[in-house]
Amino acid sequence: MESKPNALKILDVVTAFLIIAATAVVFFYAPMEAIMGNVQRVFYFHVANAWVGMLGFTAAGVMGMLYLRTGNPKWDVIEVAAVEISLVFFFTAIVTGSIWARPIWNTWWTWDPRLTTAAILELVYAAYLMLRSGIDSPERRARFGAVYVILGFLSVPLTFLTIRLLRTIHPVVVGGGAADAQGGFSMSPKMLQTFLFSLFAFSVFFVDVLWHRVRLGQLEQKVEQLRLKLAR
Amino acid sequence: MNDRVPSPDAAPAEPLAHPGLLRTTLAILWKDLSAELRSRELLSAMLVFALLVILIFNFALDLKPAIRKEVTAGVLWATFAFAGTLGLNRSMASEKDRGCLDGLLLAPVDRSAIYFGKALGNLAFMFVIEAIVLPVYSVLYNLNLFNAGLVGIIVLGSVGYVAVGTLLAAMSVQTRTRDMLLPILLFPLVIPVLISAVKASAAFLDGLAWGEIAPWFNMLLVYDVIFVAIAFMVFDYVVEE
Repeated sequence: MESKPNALKILDVVTAFLIIAATAVVFFYAPMEAIMGNVQRVFYFHVANAWVGMLGFTAAGVMGMLYLRTGNPKWDVIEVAAVEISLVFFFTAIVTGSIWARPIWNTWWTWDPRLTTAAILELVYAAYLMLRSGIDSPERRARFGAVYVILGFLSVPLTFLTIRLLRTIHPVVVGGGAADAQGGFSMSPKMLQTFLFSLFAFSVFFVDVLWHRVRLGQLEQKVEQLRLKLAR
Repeated sequence: MNDRVPSPDAAPAEPLAHPGLLRTTLAILWKDLSAELRSRELLSAMLVFALLVILIFNFALDLKPAIRKEVTAGVLWATFAFAGTLGLNRSMASEKDRGCLDGLLLAPVDRSAIYFGKALGNLAFMFVIEAIVLPVYSVLYNLNLFNAGLVGIIVLGSVGYVAVGTLLAAMSVQTRTRDMLLPILLFPLVIPVLISAVKASAAFLDGLAWGEIAPWFNMLLVYDVIFVAIAFMVFDYVVEE
């Protein structure tokens, strides 16, 4: 295993700076929302986390397809890295959403389409990790993981559509909204800047963590190969 | 598969006789059905389990006549889903335990035929269970469940459930945790089927207009088409060694 590349070291520093800057911008630059007050500030990180989570799950689906087509284990390493990280990011999105929902919707949780889909999404990818942990052969683990991640990738949008056939109260701030959404607002220019900046900061954060996790995955692979060699 | 390369030692006059996909599928289906006809261990277990689930719901939900109508669709689908995993697990585990799966994989046939054969077998077992549960439920709860629309929804829902379930059972049977893993893998993926099926069944039982039912019906149809196609495409990767 080669030592940490310089590009990654620089990215670590940039990420730390961006996250601190984003936090500062959210608290000091963004104006206070007139009706909801300070709790609205959670929105910037909530959406950023959800966005990064979705990005990771999508990337994992694509990696699954690439793995099945090529059989190259490097796609598998990226796939499992993306799923693990996105699980955490997405969970953060759910928790921050809950913090916001308590004062605005007057409940921690409601069985709204987006919330329900988010919960099921977490369960799908938790099942994915359980599936992987139950298989000893690295090659079979990668194959099954790829198949399951593709199934999840296809079923989650269908789940969302299905539940959306029922009614939604989740506000859609970016790009149109449901007429009966509760807690929606329109962004002022400063809010929009803050929002875009935190999206950017979290995207960089995601790339940084993904890079670390992929390196860890490669190390795991190496250890596994050494162990197989010893067992022989 | 289509290009006929004559093998060197075969007489040139005889082309290689490949049994078609349909014939192989039916052969595997027939094998499963006749094995089940002789042992009856799978169907009896599924049936008793399904009745037990209904019994538990009876006490858990306190199925009074007033609320029966609203929860019937949910109770039925939960019963089918739970009994279904039992059948899916068993049908793959019996192949694996006796080394039959390896034998099937050695056969010079298209592997999709193995998937379709097993899936049709599982579907047949689901239908048998559903065909017994529906009249029993009707008698026990004094509700008329003989409704052509409801039967149609049950067929569509079962197809989607079994399409994904057979694929995942083939995967889970090859893991260390085996039977335990199947429901964990399966349930989050079949949520669209369960929601749409419950909603459509309830709508049919309430005698709602087609306009209310159509979105759920379409969702079931879309899910069935997508997942049968996907399972067909990826099954090779699940059994490849």
